Amino acid sequence: MTRTILSALFSHWWYNPLQVFTLLAGLALGTALWSGVQAINAEARASYDAAAATLGGGRYAQITAAEGAVSLDTYVALRRSGWNVSPVIEGRLGPVRIVGIEPLTAPGGIGPVSAAEGADLGVFLGGGQIFAKAETLTRLPDLGVTGVAAPDVAPNTAITDIGVAQRLLGRAGEIDRLLVGEAQPLRRGPLPDGLVQTAPQDGTDVARLTDSFHLNLTAFGLLSFAVGLFIVHGAIGLAFEQRRAIVRTVRALGAPLGQLIGLMAVELAMLGLVAGALGVALGYAIAAALLPDVAATLRGLYGADVAGQLSLRPAWWLSGMAIALGGTAVAASGALWSIARMPLLASAQPRAWGLARQGSALVWLSAALLGAAGGLALWGTGLVAGFAMLGALLVGGALALPGVLGLGLGWAGARARGPVPQWFWADSRAQVPGLSLALMALLLAMAANVGVSTMVSSFRLTFVAFLDQRLAAELYISASDRAQAARIVAVAEAEGAVVLPLLSVERAVAGLPAEVYGARDHATYRDNWRFLLGEPGAWDALARGEGVLVNEQLFRRAGLTLGDPVAVAAGVSLPVLAVYGDYGNPVGQVVVNDAVFRAAYPAVQALRFGLRVAPDGVPGVQAALRDRAGVADGAMVHQAAIKALSLSVFERTFTVTAALNVLTLAVAGFAILMSLLTLAAMRLPQLAPVWALGLTRRRLAVLDLVRALVLAALTGALALPLGLALAWALLAVVNVEAFGWRLPMYVFPLDYLRLGAFALLAAAGAAAWPAWRLSRIEPVRLLGVFRHER
Amino acid sequence: MLLHVRDVTKTYPGTEAAVLRGVSFDLGAGEMLALTGESGSGKSTLLHLIGGLDSADRGVVSVDGTDLTPLDDVGRAALRRGTVGVIFQQFNLIPSLTVAANIAFQARLAGRHDSARAQSLAARLGLAEHLHKYPEQLSGGQQQRVAIARTLAAQPKLVLADEPTGNLDETTADAVFQLLCDLVVETGAGLVLVTHSERLAARLGRRLHLRAGQVT
Repeated sequence: MTRTILSALFSHWWYNPLQVFTLLAGLALGTALWSGVQAINAEARASYDAAAATLGGGRYAQITAAEGAVSLDTYVALRRSGWNVSPVIEGRLGPVRIVGIEPLTAPGGIGPVSAAEGADLGVFLGGGQIFAKAETLTRLPDLGVTGVAAPDVAPNTAITDIGVAQRLLGRAGEIDRLLVGEAQPLRRGPLPDGLVQTAPQDGTDVARLTDSFHLNLTAFGLLSFAVGLFIVHGAIGLAFEQRRAIVRTVRALGAPLGQLIGLMAVELAMLGLVAGALGVALGYAIAAALLPDVAATLRGLYGADVAGQLSLRPAWWLSGMAIALGGTAVAASGALWSIARMPLLASAQPRAWGLARQGSALVWLSAALLGAAGGLALWGTGLVAGFAMLGALLVGGALALPGVLGLGLGWAGARARGPVPQWFWADSRAQVPGLSLALMALLLAMAANVGVSTMVSSFRLTFVAFLDQRLAAELYISASDRAQAARIVAVAEAEGAVVLPLLSVERAVAGLPAEVYGARDHATYRDNWRFLLGEPGAWDALARGEGVLVNEQLFRRAGLTLGDPVAVAAGVSLPVLAVYGDYGNPVGQVVVNDAVFRAAYPAVQALRFGLRVAPDGVPGVQAALRDRAGVADGAMVHQAAIKALSLSVFERTFTVTAALNVLTLAVAGFAILMSLLTLAAMRLPQLAPVWALGLTRRRLAVLDLVRALVLAALTGALALPLGLALAWALLAVVNVEAFGWRLPMYVFPLDYLRLGAFALLAAAGAAAWPAWRLSRIEPVRLLGVFRHER
Repeated sequence: MLLHVRDVTKTYPGTEAAVLRGVSFDLGAGEMLALTGESGSGKSTLLHLIGGLDSADRGVVSVDGTDLTPLDDVGRAALRRGTVGVIFQQFNLIPSLTVAANIAFQARLAGRHDSARAQSLAARLGLAEHLHKYPEQLSGGQQQRVAIARTLAAQPKLVLADEPTGNLDETTADAVFQLLCDLVVETGAGLVLVTHSERLAARLGRRLHLRAGQVT
């Protein structure tokens, strides 16, 4: 019996290949959108993890020598005095970074490479193995050691025993730095002079800086998942509605309901598996196509080294499959429930399917979700609340769509004159339930477009302004020591440059870790820095040493208000004069007048300087600093180059975002196409009477096309406020909760108009084929509606 | 007794008047009964109760010694595929299966598929040339003959036919009706046939007339 029932169920797909294509494509595209974005995220994260795993990557405190290298004797002396430290040497062999570690004493052991197939501590210690990603190994010359492929090692990095690394780098007996283990004996000797211990880089970890970008991608993943879920829901709902007749007949002929439901669930699971595999493969292709840009973006923005290619990670393709099956289960549960409750003698005709049939319940649910979103925006705290608000806003907005469309079309219908316009509006309203899920997907896709584009564009505008503020000086110079710093000042002033020393010290401010900066009173700061909040005459007060400027992060986290005193040094407490934006910086910052700073921290001498020079004088000053102060080229940064790099990074960010936006919109357009194609057959009984009464097939087709455009335009009009609300939620709620700073929001009307045109194009493209088919339909098919014997 | 109906009452939710009120009758194996009455008199409802497609509010419906009242969905499904065969006015063929597969479908569900019998039935009903076609490629009369073949291929003890010729012209209706009766007689099954046609009703052995839910 099972086989017989399955044959009937499968025969439906065989007989209606378009429907099974719709279902598979809906599931696959939904999965692809989700897994593509997640793949990009996961790949980037894996690269950071690999970088962090390579010698702790800042997770451990480190000891370095003032002269540059730590001698072997110093290392041995430290070990003997009780210090739990481990030596590291680094250098480059061509394009590859070589890292030598001492595995027996390294805090992480050979953690990053221990899982590699063929890893052998004995051979490692014997200097016989070097670990790197497979592609990195191919770039290494013949070293006389065995290369072992280790996917967890950072890109362009090879790890080996310190002895081997010293030999390969031609630096026998040298050590660059010592890693300090987390567990240290209580009794150990003092750190000898000439050695400096730096704390673990918790607050400035590369991964933490990249979190902002990841959060953006995660938010986009959430949106694409919502779009995908609506498409999946629509595809499955439609497929079930079309099989109501078969289900009724099979039951009437003796198939038990429970068995039928079970077999339909199995059938869906099989389709879900096929579609999930297709979706993950498609997502992989999308991610692979976009990853070079994402990698470049991250590398340029934050200095994180991301491999420019994608590897197939079991974790994310399994999660992709889980999403496909989970999404199918969620979407199918309602349809299966509906079938289970369907009376055996119910009408076999497919009903206008979709969520809209639940009428007022949907309106109430939508209102409740939008209310919850409002409540979370006003009173919610924490990142989870931020994302919950985002979800409630999106789903609430989407569920409101059928009702709002119905109202709009009803309003237009009431004002229509003449039989054809009246029929057009009434018929359009009747189509809303059938198209509602596809239109919801379009709404979410457009809202995501508006929201993410607004967020990224706002981010760019803010960041460009921030660069102008922070990179106002033409040249930035780093000195290697105090003596060179003095030479730099002398040479620069002799060349006519204005020298702005960059003084800083780390200390706790208002109970939070922060950096205190000393700034000289100069037009550079007054002309370029913009306050988010400030008292009148703040610059003058700062120049007089009567207050401080704080960054937004410290201001928010410490709950400060203007005028609140903050302690910038022992016994020195000054009021907050103004607050400035400090985007991307995870820690608090306080700016004081340099006279105040020097008085408070007399031992701190500036080793970094900003130089104001006439733009055409930059090369001359650079040459003078190189020749007369011994400043290496790498220690001089020309701000125009930094700005150009930063802007090119944003252009690449736009490439990725635009590609994802277009993709989401295209998928929503595809959902509309599939819905229209599937509904075409169901619509014949509605169209045949109008055709018989005198409207040509061609005119009916044109009206169908116009209907799709009207519905897309109305959906777009609703998507705009929803998208702007989404952008606001991302910038003003989620970002603040995640990073402690708020991005100003800008609106871009021309971009929205362009997006609206794209959406209309997608809708017209989706409706074109069904309309063309309608214009060419055989009259006999329309007549079939009137045949009583059918 | 093949079919035993006693004091059956049925009211649909949301309606005050009962569709069936104390209907009682019996039917023996090989007997053929015409169920007549005006629209809304309860004919189709009674047929659905006998076929286990719906359940009575009160009374007893027993088919081949099995009381339908306590049966759950699984039990009723077993009755429909093993004991009873229903021929619907709207044919209810599975559009995605070929004529041959449609004819074999219920017999396969019942585990009684006999391809020689199915082919013989198809030939008797004039369907031999259409076995590989799909239902939408057939005329209404041909589709109804496929529905009859499907029911009889499963060899039910009781055949229930709900206006099987209601959608057909008079000539085709006569031919289909005669074939149905001949085949039922050959199998020895009982037949309950709902019809509006006085002419067709007169050709069956027994007749039960319903008016406002009661046997008159």
